[in-house]
Amino acid sequence: MKIAGHPVPHESARGHVTGEALYTDDLAGRFPQLLHAWPVLAPHAHAMLTQLDASPALAEPGVHATLTVDDVPGENDSGANRRDEPLFPGETMYHHQPVAWVLAETLEAARRGAGRVHATYEVLPALLTIPDAAGAESLHAGPLRLHRGDPAAELRKSPYRLDGSFEIGGQEHFYLETMASIAWLDESGGVAVHSSTQHPSQTQEVVARVLGVPRHLVTVECLRMGGAFGGKEVQANPWAAIAALGAWKTRRPVRVRLPRVLDMALTGKRHPFLARYSAGFDEEGRLLALEATLYSDGGWSLDLSEPVMWRALFHLDNAYYVPAVDVSGFVCRTHKTSQTAFRGFGGPQGMLAIEDILDRIARRLSLPPEVVRERNFYREGQTTHYGQPVKDAGRISAIWQQLLQTSGFAGRRAAIAEFNAAHPHRKRGLAITPVKFGISFTAAFFNQAGALVLVYRDGSVQVNHGGTEMGQGLHTKIRQIAAESLGLPLDAVRIMPTRTDKVPNTSPSAASASTDMNGAAVADACDQLKARLAPVAGAMLGCPPDAVSFSGGTAHGRGNPVQSVGFAEVVEAAYRQRIALFAQGYYRTPGLHFNQKTGQGEPFHYFAFGAAVTEVEVDGFTGEHRVLRVDILQDVGDSVSPLIDRGQVEGGFVQGLGWLTLEELLWDAQGRVATAGASTYKLPSWCELPEVFNVDFLERATEPGVIFGSKAIGEPPLMLAISAREALRDAIGAFGPGGVVALDSPLTPERIYWAIEKGRGNLILQTTADSGVIRA
Amino acid sequence: MSSKKDPQLPAERKGRFSRRGFIRGVGIGGGALGAGLLEKEATAAPPAGGVVGPGAIPITLNINGKPVNVSVEPAVTLSDALRDYLDMTGSKRVCDRGTCGACTVIMNGKSVYSCTVLAIDAQGKNIETIEGLGGPDKMHPVSQAFWNNDAQQCGYCTPGFVMACKGFLDEHPNPSPEDVKHGLGGNLCRCGTYMGVRKAVLEAAAAMKGAKKNG
Ligand code: FES
Ligand code: FES
Repeated sequence: MKIAGHPVPHESARGHVTGEALYTDDLAGRFPQLLHAWPVLAPHAHAMLTQLDASPALAEPGVHATLTVDDVPGENDSGANRRDEPLFPGETMYHHQPVAWVLAETLEAARRGAGRVHATYEVLPALLTIPDAAGAESLHAGPLRLHRGDPAAELRKSPYRLDGSFEIGGQEHFYLETMASIAWLDESGGVAVHSSTQHPSQTQEVVARVLGVPRHLVTVECLRMGGAFGGKEVQANPWAAIAALGAWKTRRPVRVRLPRVLDMALTGKRHPFLARYSAGFDEEGRLLALEATLYSDGGWSLDLSEPVMWRALFHLDNAYYVPAVDVSGFVCRTHKTSQTAFRGFGGPQGMLAIEDILDRIARRLSLPPEVVRERNFYREGQTTHYGQPVKDAGRISAIWQQLLQTSGFAGRRAAIAEFNAAHPHRKRGLAITPVKFGISFTAAFFNQAGALVLVYRDGSVQVNHGGTEMGQGLHTKIRQIAAESLGLPLDAVRIMPTRTDKVPNTSPSAASASTDMNGAAVADACDQLKARLAPVAGAMLGCPPDAVSFSGGTAHGRGNPVQSVGFAEVVEAAYRQRIALFAQGYYRTPGLHFNQKTGQGEPFHYFAFGAAVTEVEVDGFTGEHRVLRVDILQDVGDSVSPLIDRGQVEGGFVQGLGWLTLEELLWDAQGRVATAGASTYKLPSWCELPEVFNVDFLERATEPGVIFGSKAIGEPPLMLAISAREALRDAIGAFGPGGVVALDSPLTPERIYWAIEKGRGNLILQTTADSGVIRA
Repeated sequence: MSSKKDPQLPAERKGRFSRRGFIRGVGIGGGALGAGLLEKEATAAPPAGGVVGPGAIPITLNINGKPVNVSVEPAVTLSDALRDYLDMTGSKRVCDRGTCGACTVIMNGKSVYSCTVLAIDAQGKNIETIEGLGGPDKMHPVSQAFWNNDAQQCGYCTPGFVMACKGFLDEHPNPSPEDVKHGLGGNLCRCGTYMGVRKAVLEAAAAMKGAKKNG
């Protein structure tokens, strides 16, 4: 039986549904003498810490120790890409920034102790918005720039020109498992850390840096995460560093777990963006030129904001060919949480801009948006604005045509027009949008992965690889890949928790590339093992090594399926012949290059394609909306694990729907996150679930050069939700007389309501002029 | 959004011990400094009329049919008591304030958010947790239905969903899809597994009815 490509449940599913699966903070009970940590929080968005006296905390019963900058033996910095994140700041840079920590026997005592710490501040002016920061030239990075041709000249020549700008809101990760870490000193003088981190190697690096020890003294383990979505790519590090520092100082295990309200106040989010653009186009709606400037709110430190901006610029084209382009990005420095990776990593913001532009163009020309979109698709042979050929560009149109058919688009368009004509206060909208998403880390050196596969004498197998499990099903796919490669049943393969002492110098589990890279590394190790076992099996079967194949837990000679020998017997025989039964695998993604100075190169291994059709209904009195139906067609290559991929598509879409229609981050005038809990920050619940939700995969879509012909799936589906935003725009437009509908994001009911009101205003004016009929 | 959660507050307690005030004061700030920083309404409860506490007091909880003794401060929630004092980590602590359902347990036959129930108030109640439902080798029909329908990704919301589903089906053995939406509307899943959960609940309903008929 084929194992890869077969729908299997999540590798930890039994643990999940019975509550037996353990997460970092679930381990607290296993650590006697555990100390609990609580931070002392700065009460200003920007201030100098003029005085800090932590000693009063020690008078609180149960408090064991405090942590301040004086306790740091190494470097007082947890920054990932730049040393700009003091773990204990002298100048506080965002509201609630921790300035000291208290360690106590119970969490309650630690919290009371933190309340006793004496700190004084000199308040400084704070920058809290993109316009403020841009105006003050408070920047982390920029301009980053990609360009092709002479868009200024083309704009002048274009028959039509559109100028616009709009705001794109951020997004709270709200991974259900908040930041968690437990650190202790191991039996041999090292520091061991359990951390809910997407990047154990970097967590290890930061812990070692703060403690001033070589990395070989630090071991970081990530068991599994209760969701991460990018939020734990670099931002798990400071909490692990605090736990490790506490353990280092007290010689006792230390637990850091942020309660939700602290997690939301202290950790970064998806970047809010401001997009400004000028587009030139012809009467058919074909794009001729694009100039755009993107501003992101990076928050207090650089974090991953620069590569996020690069990815936004790389995806400003989405699936469309633009002959002349000049786009640049600036990362603004504000006194807020440091915004960070979030599923899509800037891609969603870039795509939202071009989809906004195309819809406005279509409405400006009174053409159906789907027609204008299709006219602008990449064709085979064209290259992106950064010079990368769009391989398989024909798939964009193929997916589009198939989905228009299967979703019954044309018929529904007509039915909606009828519905809208009959309902003055409720309108439906329909839209189809494409996704083309580049796969690979844009930091080329991250595109490598390692694995360590151990075979025991009974034929059971342990697989270690550099990727982390956050619910995306990576371990499930890796297990399938290992079992398929070695011809073993799934049960024979155990995936080990991710540890830095098994596979060193790993890359984060991010960029949707974890299966591509770690899967290939595991397959490499398995192939080496098979090559070593084949001669042994051949001798046992009486056939040449190259005639041996492994499947179903046995080895057999090709053309002689009757005669076979069990995998365990082969392994035992190999052991006795002194053949190494473990192998390291390695993979590096071939052919990637990009020059930041020229803005040219091929930063992606391939593109993942998809499209979605969404139908919505909007209430004109309240702006409330329902998603009636979603149809998705996604290119996943030859899926390694169809059940997992389906879950990623559904879940990614719902998360994107939240970002674009429900989730609104608000900060108050003091720089506090005003939406600091699920009671004020609206997350998708299943009331917002589309009533009909069809997900299909493109067939005959083998991707050569990727593990088992598969394609990445983690991030691309999130951007399919842009179809919901465009469907809402369609419905909003139906309340008015037609024409351009300008919208910021997210489209909360409030924002929809005001957009309808604006449209209705137009309606009164225009119908008065046209026909003398006033419809209130 | 409607939720069937019932905080299960004994009426006589409400007057003596301000639960609302307590919940507001918990989990939101770093003592004097943190309090008030994070949520404007964060004010400590006025001292209650000398009832119990503030030190730890011994209590007995009836969990999964067994009496369990534990000593906790009166301010400790049932969720914290289970996870931090009894090492029963199946139910998860996610929002800390009754908005997500990850901490759901069943108390006297009704699903409740264990983060909004004080451990001392749970005395004398029958508490069912995910640990009592059956392990991976002998899965409860609800767990089995979640497994069958791939109704989980990271799994962090899943134990709460399973318990909410069991509580709901115990009370509504013949749910329509619309009932399910309302009955489980109080549980959040950030991974977006709602499609699978929807199928799982309907399948579990059928399985549990079947089990009753056969048994
Ligand atoms: S943790 Fe109890 S409802 Fe969220
Ligand atoms: S499975 Fe991750 S939150 Fe529900």
